[in-house]
Amino acid sequence: MTALTLTNVNKSFGDVHVLKDINIEVEDGEFVVFVGPSGCGKSTLLRVIAGLEDATSGEVRIGGDLVNATPPSKRGIAMVFQSYALYPHLNVRKNMSLALKQEKQSKAVIEERVAKASKMLNLEDYLDRYPSELSGGQRQRVAIGRAIVREPKLFLFDEPLSNLDAALRMNTRLEIANLHDALAASMIYVTHDQTEAMTLADKIVVLRDGRVEQIGSPMELYNNPANQFVAGFLGSPAMNFMPAGYVNDGDERTMGVRPEDLRLADDGALSAAVQHVEHLGGDTNVIARVKNTQITARLFGQHAISQGETVTLGFSPERLYYFDTEGARVQ
Amino acid sequence: MNKARKNPFNTLAMHGALILYTLIALFPVFVILINSFKDRKAIFREPLALPDAETFSMIGYQTVMKQGDFFLYFQNSLIVTVASLFFVLLFGAMAAFALAEYRFKGNTLMGLYLALGIMIPIRIGTVAILEMMVASGLVNTLWALILVYTAQGLPLAVFILSEFMRQVSDDLKNAARVDGLSEYAIFFRLVLPLVRPAMATVAVFNMIPIWNDLWFPLILAPAEETKTLTLGSQVFIGQFVTDWNAVLSALSMAILPVLILYVIFSRQLIRGITSGAVK
Repeated sequence: MTALTLTNVNKSFGDVHVLKDINIEVEDGEFVVFVGPSGCGKSTLLRVIAGLEDATSGEVRIGGDLVNATPPSKRGIAMVFQSYALYPHLNVRKNMSLALKQEKQSKAVIEERVAKASKMLNLEDYLDRYPSELSGGQRQRVAIGRAIVREPKLFLFDEPLSNLDAALRMNTRLEIANLHDALAASMIYVTHDQTEAMTLADKIVVLRDGRVEQIGSPMELYNNPANQFVAGFLGSPAMNFMPAGYVNDGDERTMGVRPEDLRLADDGALSAAVQHVEHLGGDTNVIARVKNTQITARLFGQHAISQGETVTLGFSPERLYYFDTEGARVQ
Repeated sequence: MNKARKNPFNTLAMHGALILYTLIALFPVFVILINSFKDRKAIFREPLALPDAETFSMIGYQTVMKQGDFFLYFQNSLIVTVASLFFVLLFGAMAAFALAEYRFKGNTLMGLYLALGIMIPIRIGTVAILEMMVASGLVNTLWALILVYTAQGLPLAVFILSEFMRQVSDDLKNAARVDGLSEYAIFFRLVLPLVRPAMATVAVFNMIPIWNDLWFPLILAPAEETKTLTLGSQVFIGQFVTDWNAVLSALSMAILPVLILYVIFSRQLIRGITSGAVK
């Protein structure tokens, strides 16, 4: 069974066409990440799925049922917001149980589900605290707990980690991954951070300007991007793009090579002036200039390269990507 | 804490200024209070002197208690003020929520129309209001006053509250929608508690003019059984003779309830409940 099916979904705010013909399928138990730069419509898409915005046209099906006209609370979804959106005047227990009370669940059921969720998220000691007495990470866990207790068909996460600091972000990311394994629930996760997308997703949907650019597993997108945008968006540091004319005289195409595919080679095709070196211990990132293009090379291990040097960089030809002037991939 | 606040001289100057202002503001109240406990001669001989064994007198309070039904006036004032505030806050908050939360045609225009009342004094329409009240048979009822004061308070209430409601996080309201709260539940159980400080501000702003008003009680409800406190006190002020003892005693007593109401509302002004809700 499919957890979510979007068919030709369009959304306009007045004259502004925000979502253009979106077609996406989410299988049961799948973790799908919507990723794209800010303003690409990914959050709007999530709100259309949640029912907080109406689709201008197209069909939204959750668990096979058409839900275009169903209010958010009846769609069998639960949502976690970027700003946590906890009820400030209710304590953690009441925050988590409010939706169940609205569903008229029995007290025993509510008690049991809250206990289960708070155990899963290590929130047992905080059930009687108010949101203002919790740290950022704890608040986010409460927000996730509030979603879990509802046992929804579909979880929606709207950039849940972007308010957390770097260390906490990584921990919470792991927790969400574990949660997905433990609950075996379908989840949709919106982010602009490609690392989150790569690490969490079973399937990534790359969006740009309200259009789906490509859908696939993280490795499919990484190894086989459909166009220059997807190639440049996934992977960190980002793929290097330069005119193919640098190595092939008269070639009009754009050539792409990932930083980790570049290596130091005396007979290499690219001669680069080193501008900056980042020594990370395990890796060394070399930011250099090839003719008019700035490129990044990610070299394994430690290298004694200093600013102002000229290095020769080589690559295997089979690791190159070519794009035409429109940005589409050419083989 | 910044440097300026630590400097003892600055602290002294700041507190000095505040204390001075407090004294100036409280002085008239103080004069009213002490003179209400003095006999008539003492009031005129030495208005600023404290009552002593010789000049102390409760005659003013006795007159007030004897003359007219003072407790009824009290009760009328309280009913009118509390009921008006209730309606101003209820309808003002509802209108403000609609203006702040929903996108509909003419939203801005409606907001402007509602705010227009801030600029036009309601007393300009006194004659029309009186005619309306006569036609609807509301003259000499407390409802006449409550309705007029509600109308008078609404524009500012809508204006202030809609600003505050716009600041309530959208995520929070959406979370409530996903959790299955109806729009009414979101309004009453989520948004209202969050804008409580603004509600208290509006209440305080509206309360004092309503309590002190003489104009509308005199015109719309001058009957004995609907007199408000301010209107009731007027019996002691005559064209030729004014019973100052009684007037000052009545005023002293009139301060109390409004003071209590103010304390109740101003406690709500303390913020901090919203912290931790978002981000």
